[in-house]
Amino acid sequence: MKVALFIPCLSEHLYPESAIAMVNVLQHVGIESEYVENQTCCGQPAFNSGYRKEIIPLAERFIDMFHDKEYVVAPSGSCVTMVRKFYYDLDIRDKLKPALDELAGKIFEFTEFLVDVAKVEDLGGSFPHRVTYHDSCHLNRELGVNEQPRRLIRNIKDIDFVEMEQPDICCGFGGTFSYKFADLSTSMAARKCQYIENSGAEFCIGADSSCLMNIEGYLRKHNMRAKTMHIAELLAKSLRM
Amino acid sequence: MELSALKTKVYIKEALKDERLRDAVDKATQTAIKKRADKVQQIPYWEELRHKAHAVKRQVMENLDTYLETFEQRCQDNGVVVHWAEDAQEAQQIIRKIARANNVKTVVKSKSLTTEEIHLNKFLIENDIETLETDLGEYIVQLLDEIPSHLTAPALHLTRKDVGRVFHEKLGVYYTEEPTELLTIARQKLREKFLAADMGISGANFAIAESGSVVIVENEANARLTVGLPRVHVAVLGIEKLLPSFRELPVSLKLLPVSATGQKQTVYVNIISSPLRQLTGEGPEQVHVVLLDNGRSKILADPQLRETLFCIRCGACLNACPIYQQVGGHAYGWVYMGPIGITLIPQFLGDMEGRYAPYVSSLCGACYHACPVRINIPHHLLKLRNEIVESGHTMKVEKIGIKMWAFLAKHPRLYRFATWFPGKLQKLHPKPFPAPGYTKERALGTFDSKGFRKRFYEMQKGKKS
Repeated sequence: MKVALFIPCLSEHLYPESAIAMVNVLQHVGIESEYVENQTCCGQPAFNSGYRKEIIPLAERFIDMFHDKEYVVAPSGSCVTMVRKFYYDLDIRDKLKPALDELAGKIFEFTEFLVDVAKVEDLGGSFPHRVTYHDSCHLNRELGVNEQPRRLIRNIKDIDFVEMEQPDICCGFGGTFSYKFADLSTSMAARKCQYIENSGAEFCIGADSSCLMNIEGYLRKHNMRAKTMHIAELLAKSLRM
Repeated sequence: MELSALKTKVYIKEALKDERLRDAVDKATQTAIKKRADKVQQIPYWEELRHKAHAVKRQVMENLDTYLETFEQRCQDNGVVVHWAEDAQEAQQIIRKIARANNVKTVVKSKSLTTEEIHLNKFLIENDIETLETDLGEYIVQLLDEIPSHLTAPALHLTRKDVGRVFHEKLGVYYTEEPTELLTIARQKLREKFLAADMGISGANFAIAESGSVVIVENEANARLTVGLPRVHVAVLGIEKLLPSFRELPVSLKLLPVSATGQKQTVYVNIISSPLRQLTGEGPEQVHVVLLDNGRSKILADPQLRETLFCIRCGACLNACPIYQQVGGHAYGWVYMGPIGITLIPQFLGDMEGRYAPYVSSLCGACYHACPVRINIPHHLLKLRNEIVESGHTMKVEKIGIKMWAFLAKHPRLYRFATWFPGKLQKLHPKPFPAPGYTKERALGTFDSKGFRKRFYEMQKGKKS
């Protein structure tokens, strides 16, 4: 099995280690990764701010680039949501619509791909720490993926997995929302981080680098105990990668 | 209290600093969420109900003209007078005329967001008609000269201490914060007014086309008294409130109380079908129904956004919203607040006045999941944001920035260069781009010196050699 990597902007520029971890974990279960050259952004930040016609060319080149791959996998629920669901709100060329249908059926978020497609739930690793899991909103509510990452976590040996209070409440990031309404966004992050702290977890695991960046930023600035970790990194670390 | 949707950023800042307000809103919404979840759990077919209600609403909206005609016909058959109001002014004038014709000096009102929408209280009082809210929460906010801060719990932003203080100051009674005592005080004051009122004004939760009936659900019996005691009754309702027949009512009667207050049923369900006094010697002599458009038919014309008219004003999306939970309802600056409110603000007030509203959301989708009629609020917010951009009501600098970025993203080499640059810059100076608001309370991530692409290729090379 071979997957084409869809590397979101934050994974490319700020958190490449989580995407590298994803590649390593996939390889561990016998799945080869291919980097699709010349990929850029899927257009989500602009789309969420209300810009549609500006990103049609980006969507079209993305569809063109990825639709003929066997599978497309990304370490982010929100970027997958953009392609799988929100590309349908764009006036893309009719010619590309069948290609979009095709792509929408084979683009997956990493944990969704592992559990639902590759049928892997237990990687056999070990991680003797207390962790909690943050549900990122798009992954949880748009894609309906919340059980898959939890199964992968629970199957790690020696791990102490605790649910925080309201694991599915938004961390306050919301893309451009985080600076357009910075005070509000911060206040939401504060609440999330308090729940993380209350859980006693050493690590807050997540499947989207954007939420993790927001949460990590608040935890660090306020000298809180927990660290954030992408689920791909958790799995890689549990396998001593 | 005059609010403006344009000042939402200011209101949000103020609300975030108001510990008392945040405490009150947080407690109330958390309690509401728990009560709702508890009841939802007891209804195994909850999701089916939501789908059913959505389907009914869709069918109604797609055939609204027919249902409205039937409704008007049936009302007339029942002896109810139907008035059509295109906008708020027209509705106000219709109600003033009815009041004049019947020599009305005092009005009692039961809770109605639609009359808030048309600023009816202010209008009637300016026309020398004493107008009094009789829902306890509405009564409290009226005493304070505020507007409701929640769709179903108007005084949600206040604690019982606040209410005690308001009653003491405005009604001249002794100070108490005991809920039963506060209730007794309100009941005594209101009962006199009910008995003396010339006209009652209500809204409607649902209107039944097939029978020409108006349905009002409530817990305090104030709607029942508002309808039953005065000589004249006026029900003001948005044209979207229709249901085809009584067969569709039970689904709504199940969904609404669970979503609104975590009750299996409301204490009262009032159904008004005709002026009863001639027949029974009780009830109103006249019943008027004012059907309000006020921009609704324009919303109806959009196949996607018409879904925002499915709203049954339960307030579940407010309670579920992590933003509403922090700032309460006044921060939105209009009578409809919270997630559903920010879809309605630009549609009712226009893209200019409503240009900030749809952005007061992190698009988390908790509202959609709580909505009993499955209104996909985040999806509509995205569309409304696009309309605001297209109408030119966003900052020019943002538009230019997005265009430049989109151009770069089409050219991978340029894009790589443009995104390589900040990494280098950040290395030279560790804090090159302090996004002012963002970094006040949050540390910023660090750009990777190589990026994934380079690292991936290096890894591949390493494996081969």
